[in-house]
Amino acid sequence: MNLFDKLKHIDRRIIFVLIALSVLIPILIPIRLKIHVSQPVQSLYDEVDRLPPGSNILMAFDYGPSTMPEVHPMALALLRHAFSKDLKVIAVALWPEGASLAQDVFGVVAEDEFHKAYGVDYVNLGFKAGGIVVIQALGTSISAIFPTDHTGTPLETLPIMEKVANLDDIGLIVDLSAGDPGIRHWVMIAQARYQKKVGGGCTAVSAPAFYPYLQTGQLVGLLGGLVGAAEYETLVKHPDSATAGMSSQALSHAVIILFILIGNITYFIERRRAKK
Amino acid sequence: MSTILGAWVAVALTLFIFSFLYKDNPFYKFAEHIFVGVSAGYWVVYEYHNVIRPNLIEPVSQGQYIYIVSGIMGVMMLTRVLPKVGWISRWAIAFTVGMGAGYSFITYLQSNALDQVKATLLPVNTLDFHAFNNALIIVGVFCALVYFFFSKEHKGIFGGVAKVGIWFLMITFGASFGYTVMARISLLIGRCTDLVTFSSKEYSYATPILLLCIVAAFVIAELRGKSSASDRV
Repeated sequence: MNLFDKLKHIDRRIIFVLIALSVLIPILIPIRLKIHVSQPVQSLYDEVDRLPPGSNILMAFDYGPSTMPEVHPMALALLRHAFSKDLKVIAVALWPEGASLAQDVFGVVAEDEFHKAYGVDYVNLGFKAGGIVVIQALGTSISAIFPTDHTGTPLETLPIMEKVANLDDIGLIVDLSAGDPGIRHWVMIAQARYQKKVGGGCTAVSAPAFYPYLQTGQLVGLLGGLVGAAEYETLVKHPDSATAGMSSQALSHAVIILFILIGNITYFIERRRAKK
Repeated sequence: MSTILGAWVAVALTLFIFSFLYKDNPFYKFAEHIFVGVSAGYWVVYEYHNVIRPNLIEPVSQGQYIYIVSGIMGVMMLTRVLPKVGWISRWAIAFTVGMGAGYSFITYLQSNALDQVKATLLPVNTLDFHAFNNALIIVGVFCALVYFFFSKEHKGIFGGVAKVGIWFLMITFGASFGYTVMARISLLIGRCTDLVTFSSKEYSYATPILLLCIVAAFVIAELRGKSSASDRV
């Protein structure tokens, strides 16, 4: 059996081990790679940066624990940027677990890092079932669809909500999404119907589906997957878990590309042999 | 204490699931069954507290009886589990589908069709990369649409244009596949980061201890399997 035959019949478990090593080694021995910021990420950063201090930004937490490694770092980076600009953050969730994930992010960034006051600088309105219908209702009246925040406190008692009636009072909407309901629905209602600026952060799997929205201007910017989060961390000058994961990502991709090349080369060699 | 216990449970279940990559085994089955059971229980409780209670029980108890209608429709959907009266569920499903389609039809058409068509009407009369990109978009859209036109045989010039469309589609699928790989690796990075974090003294060395236990169990099982096979011989 020559080398090509051996490569053709390689045990899949060897590939699993190599992938595991390519992910684990950079975590154990961190290698800092240069991160280039792509245009969609830069556009979203610029849009947040342009908002005057005191503006309201609505962040939708439409993801769950299964996609946390990709989307959670985006939420952390975006919140750091928003609070550094003294923006007011209103969180909503169209996914049930989104409300508690928002609370987790606020705990880290708003409370521990920026010492912001709940109800004054930020608020978590919690989860509401209904997807697209909820977004539609937010355009008319936020308090009608969210009469209380996630703890049951009436909105009229929260200072941050005093001058916020509906989406007209929101400077920018950023949806962090891992599926439906998510970015598509915010674009369909908030952008198309209410002409609001909508930005997004999503899992890498769904990113290609949203690029047409960028080209049309329906999305002002997009963070696609862990790399999008790492780029935003670079822009806010606060490297975190996404930046740390980039070396693992790069090395594992190199291993996968290598095996794709090996697979194709052995395929073509075998085909040539068969022709002979 | 609860944090350490949580870390041990997380590490154990992660390693149990990963053990399937070696081969199917009782650890994996155990973790799989736990996942299915816990997920079902979690969603029942979550749906009750976040959907049924705030959207049905509370409004009805405050005198908003119109919500009973949606409650009845919900019950009608559940009749699917009873074959004799399963047809009742169709009414509720028909209502949901009809309402959903009507509600999103115009906005979907606007944002996913009209705006996208508008975005392909691009200028190509300058000598720069913008014009090149615009031309690429126009050619890509046109050729891909030609490929999906099945009323004419894909031969001659028409077939050539359709072939270009296939190339554009293949590049699109390749990009999607690349993004999918990136997403899966990101999730793996997340789990591996947790495994590394939980291998510290702070978490009582959860990862190395449990990893050793699982590997030892596999080795013992393999040895037992070999000895029982030689006994049979």
